[in-house]
Amino acid sequence: MVRVLVCVKRVAMVGARIVLTADETEVDVRQLGFTISPHEECAVEEAVRIVEQRGGVVTVLTLGPIEAADQLRDAASIGANELVHLVTDGKEWDPSATADAIVDALRRHEDLNGPYDLILFGNEAADTGDYQVGVRVAFALGRPCVNGVKNLVVGEETVVAKREFRGGDELYELALPSVVGVKEGINLPRYPSLPGRVRAKKMAIEETPLEGHRGPVKLERLRVPSEPRERAEIIGHGVDAVEALVDLFEQWGVVA
Amino acid sequence: MSETTHESTGVVLCLVEYDDDGVIDSSLRAISFARSLGSSSNTPLVAATVGAVSPSILTALQTFGVDEAIELVIEGVDTYAPLAWARSLEQLSQSLATRAIVAAGTDRGNEVMAYLGAATGLPMVANCLRASWSDATTIALSRQRWAGSLIEDAVFDGVPALLTVAFDGVAAEPASTPAPTKVRDFHFSPSEDDLGVKVAEWIGRGGGVALADARVVVGGGRGVGSEEGFGPLDELAGLLGAAVGVSRAVTSAGWRPHAQQVGQTGTRISPDLYLACGISGATQHLAGCRSAKRVVTINTDPDAPFLSRADYAVVGDVAVIIPALVEAIKARKSGRAGPA
Repeated sequence: MVRVLVCVKRVAMVGARIVLTADETEVDVRQLGFTISPHEECAVEEAVRIVEQRGGVVTVLTLGPIEAADQLRDAASIGANELVHLVTDGKEWDPSATADAIVDALRRHEDLNGPYDLILFGNEAADTGDYQVGVRVAFALGRPCVNGVKNLVVGEETVVAKREFRGGDELYELALPSVVGVKEGINLPRYPSLPGRVRAKKMAIEETPLEGHRGPVKLERLRVPSEPRERAEIIGHGVDAVEALVDLFEQWGVVA
Repeated sequence: MSETTHESTGVVLCLVEYDDDGVIDSSLRAISFARSLGSSSNTPLVAATVGAVSPSILTALQTFGVDEAIELVIEGVDTYAPLAWARSLEQLSQSLATRAIVAAGTDRGNEVMAYLGAATGLPMVANCLRASWSDATTIALSRQRWAGSLIEDAVFDGVPALLTVAFDGVAAEPASTPAPTKVRDFHFSPSEDDLGVKVAEWIGRGGGVALADARVVVGGGRGVGSEEGFGPLDELAGLLGAAVGVSRAVTSAGWRPHAQQVGQTGTRISPDLYLACGISGATQHLAGCRSAKRVVTINTDPDAPFLSRADYAVVGDVAVIIPALVEAIKARKSGRAGPA
């Protein structure tokens, strides 16, 4: 029996070009769908696989607006057993406050049900890319943590984690309980089954409202960077363009 | 803002990573960033390496204007251990009256700084592009969001400020004049807890051109059509000495391993040439190839987003064009190699 907690974030599915609100402080999400941040989708899948092999419980936690319940249900539809929602007003939370709120919730749960053997995070959130919530949670709990993990083997007392480093893999062996930040590529998340979706719809969500807060980094504005390229010059159509393309390759020293 | 706003005591401290060839490129960018931050208030720049400063590292630090180099000696451990690294930086920074600690936005840089933030209770700001002090404690900075598809301008109070540097948004620029870098060491004895996480082993993989370092990348997307469709792309990559990169759609379909994925959640590349074949150009993918020097796209759809992010485009079917391209390159090569 293994108890695994996965922390996920609701993020927008941005299109080819990000559109901002008029005051340039947020992404305009009115036309956008939402998803679990990609690395975390893989973290949920990994947790479900571990529990399928070993038995146990997968708890998924999110901190976010009321609509983030959709992402918890997405996780449930592929096999998560328990859903925990720390409900915010939808304003951004800084990574330090996010970690504190997660630690509070986690301690509450662990006091009641015993420790989570493994806590999984995504390596970084797709939107804010802060790279630190998992480490902060681990440090507060006094548990070891490694990020960037693309292979995980959970044993009885330890977990062996691999991360890519300079054309090879670094191996870490962490004592359980521990915290791991996973990267996309650790697995290929399954698609939810129809019965899975139906079950997820009915599943209870434990909701805890959170007070608003203001972090130390004060956002002034967001902007879309100027792109290095604007419009491609069309060399030609179909195979007729091939000779011209090879000419360019020669000119650039690509074909030697 | 004026060139020098105010004078202040203290230093900017930069964690520098290196490999067998010397200081890694991401760290040269981080040093350049840290030097620019320091120059906004005439603050000296100190570099810290875990382990000895070799002659080639020293040359790089001099070239990049580092005033002092400190060899961190972490006793009892000769491998990467993020909390021990963070603790040694914490102790060093206390002895220096440090105003900011900077690291490259690598796996290690972000991780060590996150540990440092956790251990000190200080905020950490990841993937910065530029920063300067607007007064003794306030930093005005720009940082990447969405892996660089969006930029955040923000102000931030915190001493020392903990910052990591976006590796694909800041140039590695030598100082206008080299610095006479002094070198000394700093010893740190980690506790057992500090060593709870450390690298146990490194296993090399070998074979093929590494995607992140490739000078030429041949990319394939959904438009390649199938796993088998990659045959001609592999052949083309072989001819050009290129690495093969793929879009997220391709790894999600299971056609290719994730290690070949280019993009926000895959590998970020900076080749001289990126030839993107049958890739539509989603934000997620473009975030991984923004720093390519030249981009050529082959796409059936002349309105695909990638055409507004490429230098050149060929409109057409990858399945037809790539085999023709392979033949044309072979013909040129044999034409040149053949007898006059």
